[in-house]
Amino acid sequence: MKTVVGIVNLQESNELLRELAATRAVEALPFAGRYRVVDFSLSNMINSGINTVGLMLPDYSRAILDHIRSGKDWDLARRRDGLTYLPAALPGTDARKGDLKDIYANLDFAELSDKRYVLFVNASYVYNIDFADVLAFHKKSGTDITMIYKTVDEDKEGHTISIQTDDACNVTDICESNGAPKGSKVVLSAYLMPVPTFAYIVRSTYERGGQDFLIDGIMRHAREQKISAYEHKGYVARINSTAAYYKANRDCLNPEVWGELFMNHDRPIFTKVKDEVPVQYKDTAEVKNSLVANGCIIRGRVENSILFRGVKVGKGAVVKDSILMQRCDVEEGARVENIICDKNVIITKNRWVKGVETFPYIITKNARI
Amino acid sequence: MRKTEFLGIILAGGQGSRLKALTKTVAKPAVPFGGKYRIIDFPISNCTNSGITTVAICTQYKPLELTSYLGNGAPWDLDRAGGGLFILPPYAREKSADWYRGTADAVYQNLNFIDLVDPEYIIILSGDHIYTMNYAWMLDAHKANNADATIGVFEVPWEEAPRFGIMATDKATGRITEFQEKPKEPKSNLASMGIYIFTAKFLKKYLEEDGVNESSSHDFGNDLIPKMLNDGARMFSYAFDGYWKDVGTIESLWLANMDLLQDTPPFELNGDWKIYSSNPSMPPHYIGPEGSVKRAMISEGAKILGEVEHSVIFPGASVGKGAKVTNSVIFPGAKIEDGAVVNYAILAQDVTIKPGAKVEGKEGEISVIAEGEVVG
Repeated sequence: MKTVVGIVNLQESNELLRELAATRAVEALPFAGRYRVVDFSLSNMINSGINTVGLMLPDYSRAILDHIRSGKDWDLARRRDGLTYLPAALPGTDARKGDLKDIYANLDFAELSDKRYVLFVNASYVYNIDFADVLAFHKKSGTDITMIYKTVDEDKEGHTISIQTDDACNVTDICESNGAPKGSKVVLSAYLMPVPTFAYIVRSTYERGGQDFLIDGIMRHAREQKISAYEHKGYVARINSTAAYYKANRDCLNPEVWGELFMNHDRPIFTKVKDEVPVQYKDTAEVKNSLVANGCIIRGRVENSILFRGVKVGKGAVVKDSILMQRCDVEEGARVENIICDKNVIITKNRWVKGVETFPYIITKNARI
Repeated sequence: MRKTEFLGIILAGGQGSRLKALTKTVAKPAVPFGGKYRIIDFPISNCTNSGITTVAICTQYKPLELTSYLGNGAPWDLDRAGGGLFILPPYAREKSADWYRGTADAVYQNLNFIDLVDPEYIIILSGDHIYTMNYAWMLDAHKANNADATIGVFEVPWEEAPRFGIMATDKATGRITEFQEKPKEPKSNLASMGIYIFTAKFLKKYLEEDGVNESSSHDFGNDLIPKMLNDGARMFSYAFDGYWKDVGTIESLWLANMDLLQDTPPFELNGDWKIYSSNPSMPPHYIGPEGSVKRAMISEGAKILGEVEHSVIFPGASVGKGAKVTNSVIFPGAKIEDGAVVNYAILAQDVTIKPGAKVEGKEGEISVIAEGEVVG
């Protein structure tokens, strides 16, 4: 994997995430009690032996920069190689939308690295994968480009790119649709190809007015480049809407998903270390089917919920089917159900707040109810 | 090397034989404590939080796990340019090779290191006490007294005083008048915490004398402190009134863990004075649909499908369905399988308790299962 340079794309559209992504990129969203979505892509890279990683910064980059800093927590603060931030193209020089202009502006990063391959991934996906397997597959396939896909086991919503393949795992068709039925082969926006191929696609597409790497770049070149498809059989969640975010978090309450994503000793998911105290459960605590991060103090009832670092649940309070981000405080006798609380929310004494399962109610950062 | 005003030296070479099975493979300072920490995290974090940026750790007994845990000091923010963490094991010289013959000898044998750092003040700490303390305030007192040495003390009940090293002091100034090691008739109830600040030049002189004294046991408490007092040195006590625990025995280690489970613990880990440790990369712990946790401290990566009450659970430990853990301390990676029962016990790292098996101690007689053992 020493021959691969990784590029992590943080340009996922966030319009379906409502208030959660108002001030942060999708990839900076807190996930599963202590992570941020981007942790998966970075950890997958380093765990696969990719030590040269470029991070394409999103429009709202403060949360990402504050989270990643030198990259030390991902073992990416290295004397040679390591992490490089790739800033967006200068505003004003190019009014085009899409991620392609930013890739074009940073093309040097891949071309001047002494690597043979580029692994280009979109960081809004949650999964744990060994990219070394993808490289081996790519070399064996003899194709120009390998993309990673997942055969979805249920209907998916939102903007989706899916593929058709032949028996030899070669891509025969790529199409864009709104939603995808169960059984579709959905692209995980992760591509492996030689550096010159990558540079050629980016350059020739951009210089002909292209905007989007996948749609204008890969799809337009599908007839001239041979593309193979690598199937990831494990768990995948794409964080592209509030419902998807809510569901993916709650999927982690399934011990199998929890184990697959986080407890693989060869491939741990790294994140920024906060040095929190272990969770303190007091006499009146009642907790079932929940993930609770260090730093929490629990005196009340918690069910089917995900509690991030430093959350407090008071005596007689009830937290059900909810996600409470860092430092939320549910005071005595308060009750929250089907709620996503952003950071530092306070639910004062005896207040009840309830959303519905298919449309969780979001309480924005620092609110006091 | 840039000059350092205040050097921290932590004595971490002790075997901790009274911790029996728990120190079979690790030195006492590396023994886990409080749901995610190791004992040595406390003095090191105190140093970091007190603004001490050069910290040396004297190791000797079974150092592998301790030194690999300490690494380059990054978890304590001690991977510093011009300072940081130093590990000082005993080493061979041209003519001789010695183990550290005592606490003072561990420092004496590293006088060349002290010369290299060239500090004005040195704080000597032991690697096996649980407490949080601001050493910068203690240094302020040391300077204000224009002292040669300042010794951290805390009040113990009079009836317990004979178990400690006791400092008799002048009430008005805090100047130490007499030191009594485990006295039958104590003259004061101020016990030494084993925390010493010395003016560096003063300490060096005494270490050089003691180092070549054949009749000395080379111990700070037994030899150096009495000699300094005899010579009329300016020695002051510095009173500490927070939580301080020597966790040198199984009972005291268990008790200190249980102290953390009180509704308002006598010792707040949650405050601004953070205790740093090397964090495992593990997810928030999972409590299953039939799990139950009360009065417990549980850390990352643990999986609780059974019942946990009045216990401390470390990262990556698991409690199976129908299993019951009470009044116990479960170290990292220990597995308590379905239906097993653990009561009044300390399970060391990676212990496995097979389905339905029982480990039951009682108060005052805590059961200890050594690292990697399988029960049932």
